[in-house]
Formats: sequence, C-alpha cells, structure tokens
Amino acid sequence: MRSRAYPFYFAGGALALYLLFYVLPSVMGFYYAFTDWNSYSSEVNFIGLENFKLIFSAGAGQNYMHFVRNTVIFTVATILLKTAIALGLAVLLTNGIRHLAYFHRVVMYLPAVLPMLVVSLVFKSILNPATGLLNTFLRSVGLDFMAQRWLVDVNWALPSVIGVDTWRGIGYIMVILIAGLQAIPKDFYEAAAIDGASAFASFRRITLPLMMPVLTVTTVLNLLYGLKVFDIVFVLTNGGPGRATDTVYTAIFDEFSKGRYGVATTLSTLLFLIMIILGYFVIRLMHREAEE
Amino acid sequence: MPLRRVQTVINHTLAAVVSLIMFIPVYLVIVNSLKTKAEASAMGAGLPTLLQWENFAIVIERGKLVTAFGNSVLYAVGATLIGTTVAALAAYVLSRNRTRFNRFVYFFLIMGIAMPTNFVTLMKVMQMTHLINTQLGIILLYAASSIPFSVFLIYAFIGTIPRELDEAAIIDGCNPFRLFFSVIYPLLTPVLVTAGVLNLLGIWNEFLLPLYYLNSSAYWPMTLAVYNFFGQFQADWSLVSADIVLTILPVIVIYLFAQRFILAGMTAGSVKG
Repeated sequence: MRSRAYPFYFAGGALALYLLFYVLPSVMGFYYAFTDWNSYSSEVNFIGLENFKLIFSAGAGQNYMHFVRNTVIFTVATILLKTAIALGLAVLLTNGIRHLAYFHRVVMYLPAVLPMLVVSLVFKSILNPATGLLNTFLRSVGLDFMAQRWLVDVNWALPSVIGVDTWRGIGYIMVILIAGLQAIPKDFYEAAAIDGASAFASFRRITLPLMMPVLTVTTVLNLLYGLKVFDIVFVLTNGGPGRATDTVYTAIFDEFSKGRYGVATTLSTLLFLIMIILGYFVIRLMHREAEE
Repeated sequence: MPLRRVQTVINHTLAAVVSLIMFIPVYLVIVNSLKTKAEASAMGAGLPTLLQWENFAIVIERGKLVTAFGNSVLYAVGATLIGTTVAALAAYVLSRNRTRFNRFVYFFLIMGIAMPTNFVTLMKVMQMTHLINTQLGIILLYAASSIPFSVFLIYAFIGTIPRELDEAAIIDGCNPFRLFFSVIYPLLTPVLVTAGVLNLLGIWNEFLLPLYYLNSSAYWPMTLAVYNFFGQFQADWSLVSADIVLTILPVIVIYLFAQRFILAGMTAGSVKG
C-alpha cells in the first residue's frame, strides 16, 4: 500500500537531473584523472599516475601545494573571523539592544543576497590603493601608515580577500546564530543573574556550551564554502598578484582555460574526494539536527 | 541605572556602525550611478552634483540589458520551477515511504550539498547531450544545482504534515497524483516559497555556469553582462555602477519582501526547533 500510494518514479525527475549533471561528471573525473586529455589533441591517452605526480611534486613549474596552502589559510581564517564577529553581533542584536534589532539584522544580512560578482567589483574599487574609499578614509583621519596597497601587494592580497569574504559572510552566519540564541531559555540567564554571575560568566557558562551544536553547523558550512572558494578570488585578484592568492578552484580554472583538461580534472577529483568524506559527516550532522 | 544607559548607547552605536559598513557598497553604487564619468572616477562616497539619469539609458542600450534581463528571468524562474517541483516530488515519496533504499536515495541526493562541481567533465557531459550553449541546458543545470538543498528543506517539512491526511484521501479514492497535487502540495506552500526564493536569488546572482557554458552573448544573464561591461568600461565607474544597480535592484526588492522566508530557510536545518 505504501509503495502504491508513494510511487518511486516521483523521485525520477530529481534523480535524473542529479545523476546527469552532478554524479556523472564526478564519476567521469575518476577516469580522466588518469589521462592526458587536453585541448590540443583529440586523442586521450592513459598515462597512469602522471597527473598526480605532477600535482604532488613541489617545484615542477606550478607549485600546486601552494594553492592548497592558500585554500587552507583562507578557510581557517574565514571560519575564525566570521564565527567570532558573527557571534558577537548575534549576542548584541539578541541581548544588547531591543529597538531596531530586526532592522539591523535585515541590513547586516544584505551582503549575503548580493551577487558575489557585484560585491567583488565594488570592493575592487574600495580597495584601490590610490583612489579607493578605504585608503582615502584612512588618510583623512591621519592613519596614513595603515593605508596599504591591499589587492596588489603580494603580502596583503590574501588577507584582503579574506577580509572581503568575511564582510560578506558575517550576516549569514549571524542570522543562524541568532536563531540559536533565541532558542536558549531566558530563565537560565535570570537564574545566573540572581546567583550574581557577571555578563561574561553567563556568556561562558550558559551561552557558549548551549550554542556548541549551532556553532558546529556554522563551522561546517564555512568549511564547505572555504574549500570550494572561487568567484570572490576570481573577480578580486584572479589569483594574483603573481599567484599569491590562487586557490584550488582558481588553479582548476587556470588549467582548464589553458586546455590542460587532464590536470584540471585530477585536481577536481582530489577536491571531490575530500569534500565527499567531509560531506558524509556534515550530512549526518545536519540530519541529526533536523530529526531531533 | 546610568551605567546601564551608557551601555545601551554604546550597543546602539556599535550596531549602527556595523550596519553602516554592511550598507556601504550598495550606497556607493547608487550614488556613483548618478554621477558623471569624471565625478565617479574614484568611486567616492560624495553625492552627485547633478543627477545623471541618462547613465541608465546608456547602459541599458550598450549593455544590451533588456535581453540580459529577459534571460536572467527565464533562467531563474524556469530553473526554480523545475528544480523545486522535482525536489518536492522526490522529497515527498522519500519522506513518506522510508524504506532502507529510499533513505539511501535521500542521503545520496543531499550529498550534493557538499559535492563540488567538476566543471571540466561537466563540459563533456554538456557536449554529449548537445546542451552546451543552449538556454535549455543552462536552465537544467541550475535546476539540478538547486535539487540537493531543496530536497533537504522540503523533506524535513513533509515530516510535519500528518499522515492521516494521506490515509483519508486514499480512502476517498485519490490516486497518487491527486493525493500529492490536491492534498499535499498546497500544504507545502511555506517551504516551497522559502526554497523557491533562495533558489531564485542564488541563480540570479550566479555567473560561473553561463561563463563556462554559454558562448553567445545573446544568451547572457544580467551578471555576465555586468562582468563583460566591466571589462569594456573599467574606467567608467558611473556606467558600471548604473549597470550594477539595475542588476541588484530586483534582488533587493525580492529580499525586502521575502526576508521572512529567506531568514527562515537559512536557519532551517541549522537549529533545531
């Protein structure tokens, strides 16, 4: 009776699209990772582990481990910055102020709904060393020494990209954290206040422990996003100056545009393996949260 | 008491400063879209001396924005309708009939939330299916990309609809289609709106898939038109700003009207309750 009332072919449309555009390319990736597939020849030859050797051997023209390092730095830095700032703002908008709290929440979430392309283009102008708004502002308040060459300085480019991405991501994480904070019963804080606990003590002893599940989810979301980061880097610096800000995905795009499809696919496939292992834990986590 | 008042003032100031920082880019493109080319060259925060409304007419004509707008609407609406509908159908049978196999299919589908796209081999798939450089191809790609998250959202929601409704409908002689479309579908409205709005905005804002898989400029959506326009008129921030304003205007309008649903969807699955 169950299977007659809920026929499996109802899932057919979603499965077909998903298999064709998600699963098939990923599976094909495992095959092409072992080939010399490129845009210069129509022949595709099996070359064993050559692509993997190229990627894992440091100093072979392209230093792929450098892109991995950038990706990890980007991911860890954005997780820490977004979580810390968003948690502070979430507490501020939940317990700190009563009037206008919803208004501020709507404004702070706004960057998350803007196209990444637009955000990146506008920040490209804001961070312009000579005419940009940021340096103009710093100079006008006498902080000339802080005016850097942001996106065009080899040492400042990656921190600048991290800064812009943090700006964009805070509101999104904050909204999730606010929902978590609102689920904490008010009595806990009242009881703590009666016992003479300071604001900091009740944050450490009540807020943080009870927010752990939500903080885990936001960390995972940031992690999945960080490892796959592409468009913000692509538009802000296109991996430059030099290759100072290249990440795994921009390196894939670079190989792809040079016609070295085999190497690009190998990188993609390695990323796929890592994400699938992470994804397995994420899905279990999200599922548990949703079921409870 | 005075100490608490000082604290309140500090809190409000802090919130106002952060909101201001979050709003700066939108403010910048709005004021600079109305300046002359010379005035907007530094993309400064000052107000325009004389409002240059013709900037908008110029970008609409030179950026071919009427076509681009139509394309964006076609892709976003088409893919959202297809993606959300097939996701709802799948989530419904997988949630209602939880066999071992169906649970596996559900996990398999939502695994896509974490899965990165292999753009290189996807190109091969697009060529094999003759969907490359076609509008149908891009719509199907976007629809597919929205499925994992939509299934996740809708699956959880269907769990809250009582099964007794289904049983009553079946006793009254409903076939599976009528049961879903006349009984269940109307009840899914809140979650379908949430999933739909999130997908719509996501697709409207995206520019990578068209960049990879649409060569002819006649098929370009608004975002890609902006990207291309920026390449051509990099020095002219007034025109680029006007182009950006026209691209984000629909996004902001939808956001302001539907923020309740957007914020609901963003927190679903992250926080229990």
